[in-house]
Amino acid sequence: MWSTLRSLWLVFLHLFRKRATVQYPEQEPPIPPRWRGRIILSRDPDGGERCVACYLCAAACPVDCIALQATEDEHGRRYPEFFRINFSRCIFCGWCEEACPTYAIQLTPDFEMGEYDRSKLVYEKEHLLISGPGKYPGYNFYHRAGVSIKGKDKGEAVDELAPADVRDLLP
Amino acid sequence: MTWWMHIAVVVVVLIVLLNVPIGLIWLERRLLGWFQDRYGPNRAGPFGLLQPIADGIKLMTKEDWVPPFADRWVFIAAPTIVVMAMLLVFGVIPFTSSVAIADLNVGVLFFLGMASVAVYSIVLAGWSSNSKYSLVGGLRAAAQLISYEIPMGLSLVGVVMLAGSFKLGDIVEAQQRSQWFCLTQPVGLLIFLTATLAEARRIPFDLPEADSELTNGFHTEYSSMKFALFYMGEYLDITLVGCLTALLFFGGWLGPGLPELAWLAIKVVAVIVFFMWVRSVLPRFRFDQLINFGWKVLLPVSLLNIAVTGFVVLRW
Repeated sequence: MWSTLRSLWLVFLHLFRKRATVQYPEQEPPIPPRWRGRIILSRDPDGGERCVACYLCAAACPVDCIALQATEDEHGRRYPEFFRINFSRCIFCGWCEEACPTYAIQLTPDFEMGEYDRSKLVYEKEHLLISGPGKYPGYNFYHRAGVSIKGKDKGEAVDELAPADVRDLLP
Repeated sequence: MTWWMHIAVVVVVLIVLLNVPIGLIWLERRLLGWFQDRYGPNRAGPFGLLQPIADGIKLMTKEDWVPPFADRWVFIAAPTIVVMAMLLVFGVIPFTSSVAIADLNVGVLFFLGMASVAVYSIVLAGWSSNSKYSLVGGLRAAAQLISYEIPMGLSLVGVVMLAGSFKLGDIVEAQQRSQWFCLTQPVGLLIFLTATLAEARRIPFDLPEADSELTNGFHTEYSSMKFALFYMGEYLDITLVGCLTALLFFGGWLGPGLPELAWLAIKVVAVIVFFMWVRSVLPRFRFDQLINFGWKVLLPVSLLNIAVTGFVVLRW
């Protein structure tokens, strides 16, 4: 009897508590910066595409939602001819981002991707590519990787060391 | 009153009553939300007031299905019984000192009788569904009936003794002469509220329904408007219980300032809100606990209440 009355009172007090509900469309839910949402393709600080079409994201993807075709431009830079993500399959696991060697593919804190038409959930490269560097400002794959492209040979970029002489015994 | 005024009262009461569940569903969902630190439905229309209407449209457009294994005609008849019984009891409720459809001189007994008839609906629904969950739900309804019905009847005997009448209008007038019976019959009020919670099959006594164990018990097999009728019956039931609690214990339409109907409405809503409050607080009783509670606590206490009230009435 006493516990019943006590719980009646305690539940009554809940009328005046702060609501736990987030009134979603009007009120923004708090989303952590590492949220795994809509996938984007980023560019390096010089404005070039970061993606080198290595297929690692497509290989890592557990649901096979990434499709791309590699090609090479006149400077010797690899890039995807097309890059397609089927978001009706994507499970936002983030493995593509982990697999990416050039920080090109990234997941963003955006989840508002609802569509009435399923085919609209297939994003092509022009939908995925953004103009900025995303989470990694200042990172440029070709400045570090020691890959030679036209106008920059191995070891010529800012952050690169000259190629080591493999026959030399000194470190 | 002339004959056309009688008919007008009947029509108005019927229209109001058939719309009461809409308001109560909204009220219940909002209140439960507030008690649980939520908002409850607040999207459809202002304050979510159109939510029950949307639900009603949804229910009406659902397939009205009678399972092939069910006892067809009983299955169809069962949900109407509870609504019919509940609507009939409103016939004996006086809404103000002058307005009532038929304030019978055995109003209290009529209510007790019809409350028992309503249980037929549940038992028949459980039986005719031919499904294990429904059958257990129906059996529980029958067993619940025998454990709350007697204390419920006996708890009103004290009020009837003090008022000297079974007529609800007379009982309110008796409270005008002395004081509200919630002051002189607190034990009767408590037993009545407990028993009517069981009668309306509300949590913590929703054993026949028991969503979590019996997958909605007696109305597992029901869909569409037949399902809605059970809900309608339940909400009419708690409205009725609110009316009776107000009339028998809280002086009905008595009160200063406001019109009589407004006072009755305020008291009825207060009792209904109390029921919803209790729903959000207490867990469901176990089956044996309910029967034990009914026979070993409620019955002796109500008998004692009658004895004490009788003694006091005779001595003073």
